[in-house]
Amino acid sequence: MALLSGSALLAAILGRRDRAALAVGTASAVAASLLGGAASLLALRSGATPVWRARVPLPLGELRVGIDPLSAFFALCICVVSGLAAVYGAGYLRSYFGKRRVAPAVVFFNLLLASMLGVVLARDGVLFLLAWEAMSLSSFFLVTFDNDRDEVRRAGTTYLIASHVGVILLIALFALLGRAAGSFDFAAMKRIGMAAAGLANVAFLLALGGFGTKAGFWPVHIWLPDAHPAAPSHVSAVMSGVMIKMGIYGLLRVLPLLGPPPAWWGAVFVLVGAISGVAGVLHALAQHDLKRLLAYHSVENIGIIALGIGLGLLGQRYHNPSLATLGYAGALLHTLNHGLFKGLLFQGAGSVLHGSGTRHLESLGGLYRRMPGTATTFLVGSVAICGLPPLNGFVSEWLIYLGAFRAGATLPATGAVVALVTLPALALIGGLAAACFVKVFGVVFLGEPRSDHARHAHEVGVAMRAPMLAAALACLAIGLWPAGALALVAPAAVCLSGAALPADLGPLFNISLMATVLVALIAALALLRARLLKARPVAQAATWGCGYPHATARMQYTATSFADPVLAPFSSAMQIRTAGGLPEGIFPAEAHFEKHVGDMAGERLLVPAWRRFLHAAHHLRVIQHGRMQLYLVYILATLVALVLWQLSGAMRR
Amino acid sequence: MTEIVLHLCLLLALPPLLVGIITRTKSWFAGRKGPPLWQPYLDLWKLLHKGAVYSRTTTWLFRAGPIVTLAAALAAGLLTPLGAATAPLGFSGDVILFAYLLGLGRFFTMAAALDTGSSFEGMGASREAAFSALAEPALFLVLAIVCVPAGTASFAEAWASPWQTWGPAHPALPAAAVALFGVLLAENSRIPVDDPTTHLELTMIHEVMVLDHGGPDLAFVLYASALKLFLFASLLVHMVLPVPPAGGALGTLVFGAGAVAVAVAVGIVESITARIRLLRVPQFLVGASVIAALGLAVLLYRGTP
Repeated sequence: MALLSGSALLAAILGRRDRAALAVGTASAVAASLLGGAASLLALRSGATPVWRARVPLPLGELRVGIDPLSAFFALCICVVSGLAAVYGAGYLRSYFGKRRVAPAVVFFNLLLASMLGVVLARDGVLFLLAWEAMSLSSFFLVTFDNDRDEVRRAGTTYLIASHVGVILLIALFALLGRAAGSFDFAAMKRIGMAAAGLANVAFLLALGGFGTKAGFWPVHIWLPDAHPAAPSHVSAVMSGVMIKMGIYGLLRVLPLLGPPPAWWGAVFVLVGAISGVAGVLHALAQHDLKRLLAYHSVENIGIIALGIGLGLLGQRYHNPSLATLGYAGALLHTLNHGLFKGLLFQGAGSVLHGSGTRHLESLGGLYRRMPGTATTFLVGSVAICGLPPLNGFVSEWLIYLGAFRAGATLPATGAVVALVTLPALALIGGLAAACFVKVFGVVFLGEPRSDHARHAHEVGVAMRAPMLAAALACLAIGLWPAGALALVAPAAVCLSGAALPADLGPLFNISLMATVLVALIAALALLRARLLKARPVAQAATWGCGYPHATARMQYTATSFADPVLAPFSSAMQIRTAGGLPEGIFPAEAHFEKHVGDMAGERLLVPAWRRFLHAAHHLRVIQHGRMQLYLVYILATLVALVLWQLSGAMRR
Repeated sequence: MTEIVLHLCLLLALPPLLVGIITRTKSWFAGRKGPPLWQPYLDLWKLLHKGAVYSRTTTWLFRAGPIVTLAAALAAGLLTPLGAATAPLGFSGDVILFAYLLGLGRFFTMAAALDTGSSFEGMGASREAAFSALAEPALFLVLAIVCVPAGTASFAEAWASPWQTWGPAHPALPAAAVALFGVLLAENSRIPVDDPTTHLELTMIHEVMVLDHGGPDLAFVLYASALKLFLFASLLVHMVLPVPPAGGALGTLVFGAGAVAVAVAVGIVESITARIRLLRVPQFLVGASVIAALGLAVLLYRGTP
């Protein structure tokens, strides 16, 4: 069924005229999402694992598609987030009419959806890689939609290089697995297992590198903060909400094929998760660009998911099934949650850009009065992404915390130490994320407008507000009724850990109860306050300026100043560049101050490594003379060598 | 049923008393007579009967800030043990919810501060964000020290008086107590991190965030911060004192005496130490984390008691 919807998507991409293409493309994407979502829900409930085979004239054998709880869960995430994003896109792309061809954006958006569904449904390495590549390419064309801007083209190039470096590792991975199993079929790979531990470790590292590049683990995340802001906002929502999760899906699909995990795999995941989480949120705090900031938060949330997977692997290693299930369930639920609130936040950022014309934090402010609908949903997304109750982010982080506490209590000391790293890491990430989203929400929506852009901002249309409202309601629903969400996650988590959910997850009911109590307390206190203030003088005045009566909007605390004390303790681990300085002298001239934070991983690690690689590659120039005759000689020599190799093989036989 | 009523009475009635005791201790050290112990109650009563003035810049979020902060603190109070080990709504995993409920309150306090558009309040919010982010890891390490030997992340079982399950000898417990006391001072804007009685806006952290609140809103803010202090004090008391898990009259008595002792200790610290420079506060908080982490390491490698 989900396959059908995929083909429906492809059929819809033939629109020639922009308006028609947008309408048809959106309608088919929404229809496909509904169908696919329903199909994956059904598959989750039935728990069946059908596999269909198709013979195609390819040298690598037949192609297999199938669905199991893990695929169904990810397909559900894709359908929910993309369906909402498609509706939003219909409103968002309208502003491009007359300026730019919209049809390609629709075509590639739907292709991206279809290929992501292809990735999660593929049951053999070849089809998986084909769908994976289609996904990378269609998202590349979406990233470069605004291709007359210089930074967009640069972001596109970075993204293309990064995703292909990842694909090289994945091709190596599947070649390795396929060779060991004698077939590219996932089932055959699973049957074989990786008998030789060395091979399994190599495959693990290849998978971590290949899938980690797509997921955005530190330090291979550097494409992400460039590419996500460059794309149109509804595409950013899909890329950040679900496309990077395909990396997580790939890891969860391949790791069980490699046999029982050793302890160091879990430790690697916990460490990578902790570093990605903390580095991601720190760099997010330092950004002035709203969408770039959100992109760094994706690195952070991927880190949280990795922490969950790490706990899951540790649970498997130490034969602690309830820990494994808790870790995987937390990671999977966070995948869904992050899709919901990050989609919501990127759409909110798109609305801010659409309504005010800028996404530079320092020139925004006071948008709450101008765009109340966007602001309220953005607030819900902000509270959810900080992992605060009574919203959904808390539930998944709670599961991971609970797993860490349980690991500390039950694992032997070495495993327990690794698992307990999760606690302070997650706590620090949560505290910094709260700082970051107070900053974003406060600087963008509260206070007074800092520029004419913000002063003249206007609310966006219903087509853009409705999907945000739906996502916000979903965040609240999962927060208030986590047992329902866990019912979706449980089959997939069980399929990974091989054990049923721990029986004592009754506390989920208590979370519902506490969330309800919290909402009720808020309502009661609001009523109390209203009663107290009734029939009393309630006056309006200017903000108290501590005795200074002429405060202007430009004197408000800026995003940079807000982030400064938070970043100060970490400054030695970041690339902070400042320009300008304090005004000096009795009659000071005009002064300015700028502060930018570069990416530590990119500037200190990857760029120098790349330079060294290029330097080493210079030596290869010896054989590159640019003369046609010489290249012909190379071809001849290669052919002769190959013939000799074949002959020697035949003789030996 | 009586336990629940007792819990609610303690939760609602005691917090302002702790603030009064701290003030009284400080005035004793300064050689003054000081205000009566029940002065905070009178202040709250007075504020609840006033009108309000709102800045034209603010939105509903500014009005919601004190409400959400107080509601979150009250909800957290329904999870923490106060005299008896079991709280009315405690469950397995409630220690995590406790920390995050306080985080929710903080989020809305900071957002309400930014809502005024005042640079002073922005500054306070920024400092609060920075210091609370560093206090969180320390708090979770302390939670881990107490929860890991008990095998569960719930107040009812882990905090059911570690004194009896542990014996006083294990070095992890004092480490956790010291770290928790540090977190208590930082999270409740006490000297040496913040000075709640300072009179210069530039040097404040928590007080400057609530400059624009008045009337019932300010009463909510003050009550919520007293409540938060009380909750941290109750965790500390249950960790270091032999409170009988069943509670009862004896439990309440021991608990009450412990809470008063914590308030006196805070007052003494406030009287005999100077406030550290803002730039040094992160070191104070990281220090608390390091102490707790050392305690946890000792616990894991020397074995649970």
